[in-house]
Amino acid sequence: MSKESNNGIPTDSEVILGILNNSESVLKRLYLAYFPMVLQLIINNNGNRDDAKDIYQEAIIILYNKVKTGDFELSSKLKTYIYSICRRLWLKRLSQMNRYGGDIKDFQEYLAVDDETEKNNERDMQFNKMGNALHLLGEPCKTIIEDFYINNRSMQEICESFGYTNADNAKTQKYKCLQRLKKLFFQQK
Amino acid sequence: MSDDQLLELIEKYLNGEMTGEERASFEILRNENADINNRVAEHKQFTSLIRQYGERLELEKRLDAIHDEIDVHALEEELMINPPWIVQLWRNHHSKISVAASIAIFAVLCTLFFTGYLSNREVNYIQLRDKINRIGKTTDQLKNKVNNLTPQRSAFVNPGDFRGTGFAITAGGLIATNYHVIEKADSVYVENAAGKSFKAEVLRSEPENDIAILKIIDTSFRNLSPIPYTFKRSESDLAESVYTYGYSQDTPVYDDGKLTSANGLNGDSLNYQISIPVNRGNSGGPLMDSRGNVIGIIQAKQSQMEGVHFAVKASYLLNAIDSLDKKVSLNNKNILANLNTVQQVKKLKNYVFMVKVYGK
Repeated sequence: MSKESNNGIPTDSEVILGILNNSESVLKRLYLAYFPMVLQLIINNNGNRDDAKDIYQEAIIILYNKVKTGDFELSSKLKTYIYSICRRLWLKRLSQMNRYGGDIKDFQEYLAVDDETEKNNERDMQFNKMGNALHLLGEPCKTIIEDFYINNRSMQEICESFGYTNADNAKTQKYKCLQRLKKLFFQQK
Repeated sequence: MSDDQLLELIEKYLNGEMTGEERASFEILRNENADINNRVAEHKQFTSLIRQYGERLELEKRLDAIHDEIDVHALEEELMINPPWIVQLWRNHHSKISVAASIAIFAVLCTLFFTGYLSNREVNYIQLRDKINRIGKTTDQLKNKVNNLTPQRSAFVNPGDFRGTGFAITAGGLIATNYHVIEKADSVYVENAAGKSFKAEVLRSEPENDIAILKIIDTSFRNLSPIPYTFKRSESDLAESVYTYGYSQDTPVYDDGKLTSANGLNGDSLNYQISIPVNRGNSGGPLMDSRGNVIGIIQAKQSQMEGVHFAVKASYLLNAIDSLDKKVSLNNKNILANLNTVQQVKKLKNYVFMVKVYGK
């Protein structure tokens, strides 16, 4: 890859390929390329830079998940897609805060993307519940669960780092933690 | 089998850590037992949720790291559209401003309402007061003018020819009218309804009662048919319907009204007060009641009060007739009594004359 393409705005297909290949540099270039556009949208429509960061990251995550699950079809320019998602998310946020004055100043053309933000919203709620459940679970359960299910560490490693006398004890502990986590997760509304 | 053991089995199964034999027996177990089958599905979903959650956290961390490299502040300065301060003020505070404005408007309306400003009474009152003041001034002016006029009033101004009305007392050509009609007369003519003029002379004049009796001396005059009306000496009652018929214009004019007072101005018992709108030319005309009696002579002097006019009572006329040198026998058979007003006036026509006066 030439140096130029490493720093400039990535092409739309480059982005899709990069996300599929977990390319850190493409993600970075993607992020840097469109953030100013979204910042402009938010700060000129009653928002601040933190709002812009939240909204933009949410949009990038939506795009990322869509590409990862393989059902992303680029029907317009990626720039327009991202702008539309951010616009939609921001409108929703504004009306939640009762700050929506009835009009929004636009800087780009945009598409209707209600569907995708709705789907993302559901997933976000699940993740929130999971985060809360893990928090309530407390140590050492939280770390055991995270190490095993997220970081893919083996029971042997976990057993050593926690000082269990044998792997069976660690296993029993892990299952107990998992049961409790499930309970905490499903208890939440 | 305990829960933990079952979980271990499920996990082994899902991770593909079972031997072929173990796997086959677990699949049989799974098919037979719906509960275990559900547990497998649930476990699979839940662990994948944990994994996705981890991935999400990881992704957010990566994005945050990238974000930290951006100089957001500089970008913000560059991208911010700075609207005029008034617009910013409105954007940031429009709800507060709206509420404040509503309260202000409400307060103003309340104040107006409670001070009675909205009901317009004050305005009307002021208008009325202004009007009264104006009327007061006009009245003062009028009073001044009238006071200035007083000395001239007794000397009646008669610019050249003058005209009044008179009516027959007898078929032989005696005619009653007002003294003021013939006051300055050199020669007097009377003209009948047909437009024929006859010379007349003043037989008697009573300036104090404003009564004059004329006699037609023209040779072309033929006696009238008998007088249809009678003269009523007694006083008539208030509110009686009365009318007159006279030459206020070139053609005879009928007017009616009510007897409004038994006395004239300042309690003058010479006069009746009537509500018939009369003009100068009506002077000397008969004042008739509804039964065809002559109850007075119209005295169309100008009064200071609008709608108030006077007539000399018939009793004074009768006194004047009685005091004539030559005795007159008056008609005492009233043939108008049972007629309606239209028919009465038709009959009256031939007995009412225009009195034309030529000054000295």
